[in-house]
Formats: sequence, C-alpha cells, structure tokens
Amino acid sequence: MSERQIRLMVNGNEEILSVPDHLSLLRLLRDKLALTGTKNGCEAGECGACTVLLDGEPVNSCLVLAVECEGHRVDTIEGLSAEPVMQRLQQEFIDMNAIQCGFCTPGMLISAYALLLRNPHADDHAIREALLGNLCRCTGYERIITAVKTAAGKDR
Amino acid sequence: MLQPYPGYPEFEYVKPLSIEEAVGFLKDHPGQSRPYAGGTDCFMLLRDRRIHPKYLLDLKAISGLDQINFGNENGLSVGASVTLNQLCRCQALAEHYPVLAAAVREVGGYQLRSRATLIGNLCNASPCGDTIGACLVYGALMQIVGSSGKRSLALDCFFLGPGKTVLREDEIVSSLDLPLPPAGCAGAYKSIGRNKLGDLAIAAVTALGYPDAASPSGFSFRIALTAVAPTVIFAGHAQEILAEKGLTVESIENAAAEAGRVCQPIDDIRASAAYRRAMVAVLTRRALLSICDQLHISP
Repeated sequence: MSERQIRLMVNGNEEILSVPDHLSLLRLLRDKLALTGTKNGCEAGECGACTVLLDGEPVNSCLVLAVECEGHRVDTIEGLSAEPVMQRLQQEFIDMNAIQCGFCTPGMLISAYALLLRNPHADDHAIREALLGNLCRCTGYERIITAVKTAAGKDR
Repeated sequence: MLQPYPGYPEFEYVKPLSIEEAVGFLKDHPGQSRPYAGGTDCFMLLRDRRIHPKYLLDLKAISGLDQINFGNENGLSVGASVTLNQLCRCQALAEHYPVLAAAVREVGGYQLRSRATLIGNLCNASPCGDTIGACLVYGALMQIVGSSGKRSLALDCFFLGPGKTVLREDEIVSSLDLPLPPAGCAGAYKSIGRNKLGDLAIAAVTALGYPDAASPSGFSFRIALTAVAPTVIFAGHAQEILAEKGLTVESIENAAAEAGRVCQPIDDIRASAAYRRAMVAVLTRRALLSICDQLHISP
C-alpha cells in the first residue's frame, strides 16, 4: 500500500503527512493527528458526528478523503473553541443542558457555528434545517435547538 | 447499516486535470476505474464493498465542471462538480426552476450538500433520488463525453434500473442542461419520508403544468413518480387526463388515482408497497392542487 505526501492546514497549523489514498479525513484527524473531538458515529454520512469545516463549510469528514484535502483548510472543534461565536454556543449548550452523552455535540456545534456565521439571526426553521444532518440519540433535540436560538438571539 | 469493515478498501487516487485526460484514463483502464465528484454515493458503495475499483478518478480538478451558467435563451447549464449547496444558493435556479430548487434542498443535510453534486445524484440512479423527478419534468439533457466523442441525451432515456444508467465505461457526464421552462408554468415537488425533514423519499411526486396551445385543455402536464418503480417514471395516463380535461376536481381525482395505479412500488425497510401506492395518489393530488393555487385556478 503506497502512501502519498499531502500538505493541508488543520486548525491554523500546516500539517505535512504521508497518507494512503483510501484514508478518510475523519481517520486522518483522529488516528494520525489525535484530534479526537471529531467522532465516528456511522462512517456513512448520516449522523453528522464527524462534521468538520472544510474551507469554512461543514462536511461529513467520513465522506472526504485525506488526499482530497491537499492545499485545503480544515477546522475541527478543537481549533474553533476560541472563536467568540463558538464560545457563545458552547456556553448556551451548557446552560440549556443541551448535552447528555456529548457524542453528537462537537458535530452539532460545528453545524450551528457555521449556520450563525452565514445567518446570524437564524430562526427556528433555519436552525432545524441546518442541524438536520446531525443526529442525537439522547436529548430529543429541543434543548439543542433552544441553545442555538438563544445564541443567535444574543447577537441582537 | 452496520459498518462491516473499518474504513475504505484500498484504491489508487487519480486526479485528471481535463475531461480528455479523464476519458482517456477510463478508456485505458476499462473495468477498473470509477469517476466521482462529491463522493457521497460512491464512497458508500466502496465502504460496503459493492464496488471494487482499482482507481478512483476525482473530477473536481477539471476546470469548468464547477460552473453554473444561465442564459435567457438557452436556460441553465449545471457542471458535473457543482454541489447541491451551490445550487441552493443559485438565484437563477430559484427563479426559473423552483421545483428543482425545492428538490435539491431535500437531499440529506447541509454537510452532505456541501459535497454531493446534482450530476452525481442523477448518475447514482437511485429509484428514490430526490432531484431526478424535477430534472425530468424540466426536460433535462445530459451532456456526455466519452472516448468516441460527445453526445447529448434526454434524461428520460438515461436510466435503466436501480443504480444503472446508459453511461458507457469510458464516459462521464460533463453537464446537465435545462431548457428555459415554458412561460406561465407552475409545479411542485411533494415527498413523504419517515420524518418531516431529511429522510429518503418513501414516495414522491414531481408535477409541472404549463400553457400548451396544442393541448385540448390549453395546458399540458408532466408528472414524475419517485421511489415507486425501478426508476423514476412518468404517469403518462394521468398526464393525458389532465391535458384533456384541464384542472378540475374530477380530473385531479382521476389523475391521482391513475398515478397510484401505474406505479410499481415494493415493500422495503422504509415502507410497504400498499402505503407507497396510497401516498402516490395523495401526493399527486397535493401537487396538482399546488399548481392550481399558483395558476389561480379554482378546480
């Protein structure tokens, strides 16, 4: 199995790595870079636990190859936690008890963060549509939606 | 479905820089290569070991394939690597092809649509592909490039069965062309899934009605039925009823009943055939009533 060298930005740092062609971005982040905040829930692009930002856009990292990221920018939950909008979201999630097991949480936060950047005053429908690709088995979603709504409201 | 294997099987990643290079590669490595753009369907086939290509061809580096072009004469052209989110943001699509704009939003979630492409959704040829019905009712043309040259194919002739299209081994779709819709047309996409947002279609109906002087009622209709046959199919007889009689209470009921009769649904993990058949009639009625609403017709 041959490997190829790729160069990409991860959380603002340039990473130069040797990877096999068939390695997913998800496995690159978790297994090669020890960035385990991004979770493997289904590896099928359905649950959203693996959501990261690729060039600023949320993607399922299980459906992106590491080699496709050559020259691109990846941001994970670890790298975004210092951003003001993300901090506001994280605090609301805590205050609203929007976290139980926490497995869906990084993905939820990334999707919500990207939503608030493109639509700072997102309403209920926009929030639900944006979080559609993030499944949660614990909370029943309502507290998550409320947390995002409240964080959106704080921009006013 | 439970993940049977960790990660993807081995393959070699190839990144052609031009259509000629891509097509040439496919020709030189028959039976061993798989072209892809977004990868959201392709990688699932790999994951489940349903395909075993030696080479994966990433089409995203080919310039021009990520373009959406609209002209008031020729209509809309969507390149092969245009993502569904790009289409969600496309003003021309929302304005001139609202039924396709609605269908595009139904596919997966935001993260999926960041990568998934319209052409990929069509080439995957799922019987329940959300965008297929809308592309069919708008009279889409596939622009195909192969080692023996280019060909244009009406989308009606593109699908052979679940997951099967007429594409030859050395061919890729370079773009989808949508002619300008007839003036005064109105349409709707009505789908039903296991939940309100985001699930695969259990049954769906795409309908378009447009003024047509050649038609007895002055209107013609295209009604495409999704997830209830091996491919997306037209409800031909229902279309004829409406072209003949126009949009009346009686003709809408008859058309809905006909659509229910012509479909060939199956029982599967998501729904029973009987439920699907019943829903096709309901969704056809809803789509036609929406058209009435938009055209200010009181049936």
